Amino acid sequence: MSGSTRLPVIVTEVVEVNSLIKRFRFVREDGGLMPGFSGGAHTVVEMDDNGTRRLNAYSLMSDPSDTSGYEISVRRDETGRGGSLFMHSGVKPGMKMVISQPVNLFGLDLRAKKHLLIAGGIGITPFIAQMAQLDALGHKFELHYAMRDRELGAYMKELSARHGDRVHPYYDLEKQAIDLATLLKTQPLGTHLYVCGPKGMIGWVLSTAEKMGWPNGALHSEEFLAPPVGEAFEVELSKSNITINVGPTQSLLEALEAAGVDAPYLCRGGACGQCECKVNAVEGEILNYDHWLSDEQKAAKSHIMPCVSRFKGERLVIEL
Amino acid sequence: MSLDDAFKDPFFRDESFFGDYTYRNTPHAVNRFPFPFPEDDYMYSVNMEPHVSGRPGSIFEHCFDVDEHYVSEMRDRARVLEQDPLRCQSLPHMTLAGWDLLELIMEKFSEDYPQWFSLTKDGNKWHWINRPLGIDQKFTFLDESTLPMGPFEYITRQAQGDFTLQDQRDDNLWIEAGMVTSQADWSLDFDIGMNFHEWHAPVPLAHEMGIFDRALKFLLALQHGAPVRRFNWTMTVDPLLDTSPENYHKWGPSKTTMTPETIGKRQHLRVELQTLIRLPRSNAIVFPIRCYLISLDDLVTKPKWARRFHRVIKTVPDELATYKGFIRNKPMILDYLAKYDDGAPTSPGWWPED
Amino acid sequence: MRSRPLYGRLVPRQGSSHFIVADGEGGEAVAALLTAAPDLKSTTHIVYIPGTNGTDLTTMVAGLGAQVFHAAPSYASASQRIRKVLGDAHMGLQLYAAGTEGLIGQVQRDAIAAGLPHDALQTEQRGSLARRVQCVHCKGITENVTLDPFVCSHCGLNLFVRDHYSRRLAAFQGVCIDAEDPGEVPASEERFK
Repeated sequence: MSGSTRLPVIVTEVVEVNSLIKRFRFVREDGGLMPGFSGGAHTVVEMDDNGTRRLNAYSLMSDPSDTSGYEISVRRDETGRGGSLFMHSGVKPGMKMVISQPVNLFGLDLRAKKHLLIAGGIGITPFIAQMAQLDALGHKFELHYAMRDRELGAYMKELSARHGDRVHPYYDLEKQAIDLATLLKTQPLGTHLYVCGPKGMIGWVLSTAEKMGWPNGALHSEEFLAPPVGEAFEVELSKSNITINVGPTQSLLEALEAAGVDAPYLCRGGACGQCECKVNAVEGEILNYDHWLSDEQKAAKSHIMPCVSRFKGERLVIEL
Repeated sequence: MSLDDAFKDPFFRDESFFGDYTYRNTPHAVNRFPFPFPEDDYMYSVNMEPHVSGRPGSIFEHCFDVDEHYVSEMRDRARVLEQDPLRCQSLPHMTLAGWDLLELIMEKFSEDYPQWFSLTKDGNKWHWINRPLGIDQKFTFLDESTLPMGPFEYITRQAQGDFTLQDQRDDNLWIEAGMVTSQADWSLDFDIGMNFHEWHAPVPLAHEMGIFDRALKFLLALQHGAPVRRFNWTMTVDPLLDTSPENYHKWGPSKTTMTPETIGKRQHLRVELQTLIRLPRSNAIVFPIRCYLISLDDLVTKPKWARRFHRVIKTVPDELATYKGFIRNKPMILDYLAKYDDGAPTSPGWWPED
Repeated sequence: MRSRPLYGRLVPRQGSSHFIVADGEGGEAVAALLTAAPDLKSTTHIVYIPGTNGTDLTTMVAGLGAQVFHAAPSYASASQRIRKVLGDAHMGLQLYAAGTEGLIGQVQRDAIAAGLPHDALQTEQRGSLARRVQCVHCKGITENVTLDPFVCSHCGLNLFVRDHYSRRLAAFQGVCIDAEDPGEVPASEERFK
């Protein structure tokens, strides 16, 4: 009954997978075993970037049955806020860090007769863990994995070695593309579809499946949004009775945490709904970047998702 | 499994929960009874709090409480399952969650009660010893063929309280496995496969209050490493653990034979300690529902509890008393309790001596 | 009642094939669907069962022009066929059930067993409101219950129909009404007609 959702860890490996991607391995600082986890789960990595506290969510990609450590992959984003750049340049083997207990917002539906996995680019990571778990459970699955070229096709070799012809690669630069219509038409009843990758790909896969008569309950997707950068803005907190400043490369959630305000969160990427916050007063535009709020809530400016959304205008008061 | 060695440790009482009802609480058990009312009146609330270690000796000391009734409760469970095997069911996709639960219980039991339980691991080769029940089992973790039955049934035959496993999908929780032999009048066989709102459908008042919407949102975000708990309660005539709807036509008549002379001994407050724990490999949530029974005669030995319980029963709405199944005997219960309520104020919280 | 499913109206949806199971007055819902979307007919398979209340629209439904039409005397007699069709199907199949609550529940149960999510089935309730009720005591299911309380057709206990519905069993719950006072049974009323 530790009652803790945070795990103190030591970085034991930093591997340059290719020119854009690095892989990190964490083991527990106290030498104990990690909790097992479910394929599709992520962990939130806490970073101290020269005094700025950053928390980024990354999918766990190691074998869920391996409790000796966790692995994640990070794609370097030159234009982002610096979280991935910090992981790439600031994190070295031997460093102490804190990560969260696993959280799964992209779980497998274990009732499925078959699992159809569709990945784009770095979106492969949750599937690596899911396939290890499905393989151990003896479930039917196949992976269709689109990437730019062979150099960036991280992990293709290992996946082929482990899962054989259940893994199908597609290289953009070689003009290969997933024949989605045929793929979706030939799946046995009871198949579940999972897609993770760039926004455009997720939209294409889900809308095609819906048009072909797939029920929503069989469709699963995960897109982590990195909180966007933007102009600095000011927010008044009605319960705490303070005003905070949100910097250009800081999210509202991070600014709340820096001010010592206890705000709930799980995904930090606009998907899970945990940080949904009531707006008490607004003069200006809420810049919504989340997948959570309904169109009505957005139109009414009644709520905001502090993990990704921003503000431009005269005055914003939120209930915190 | 053999119960031959069962009562070697005199800590465990040899008693029955049916027939001659020899179930009793020792003074030690009365002192640590989880009286569930922190205030003088009662209404529904989500009332969840972190399931963290509580006062030493209390039922909150450990993640799972093993008490003096352990061996007899497990014997009662085996008896109920013999009569009705449908009280334990697990839909096929819940086997992994069953392994998660087996691991959790074996680890917590062996850490918290090393005098009774031990678990040694060599990779996936595990060795489990349960001394009170006389069990010595070597098996391969995650390999069903190495256990005498499925992992969920195997481990819940060795742990007090009912258990359900909830799968999480489509932003809901689905009750898809259960070991239910000490339930307050609900049927696993009927409810298995339902979502959170469906299986709570018969509960009066709470839906309208938005209780279940809030509870579901909270539970969907329940994190590994941060379990929570809450209390529920009802009233039962005689210390019958298995108040199942299946057998209602058999135990229902007991409510009609209670008299002012026998009420103190026969009427029991039934308290459920409900905990909710996220399981790692399956992402399912386990819901252990641990039942504690205390007779009114034992309850009124604590003056604070006696005063407060009288006031609680007085303020319970009739709809709730009907749902909880004691509306028929409510006047008799109040007459009994009134003698112990002098109107003096009670201190906040549920501890008897605070 | 929060465990009871909400029924809608059949509407044509895009899909590779269409499988419709209906009983009694549900035949009218099937006719409305195929009249609204005649292009579905060439990929539609219908199983129709006459109602236990005597409503028999077999001739009308058979004449709708579906690719495959099968008339069955009861759900039990059709269930092997229904499971085979679902087992052989591919994603993209659209499934529809129309008629009594008992029929809809059984199609739902078989669809879930075939691996379809809950939201995949379109339903339309028509005709008799008679219920399928499971006796919580003996587990026997009594079909076409219109009276409350009623006598379990398996164990003979006097049951009242509780407002609690199981999708997995496709049945409401029946609980002994005179458990506490044996023999004290209120007069039956026709509640589900």
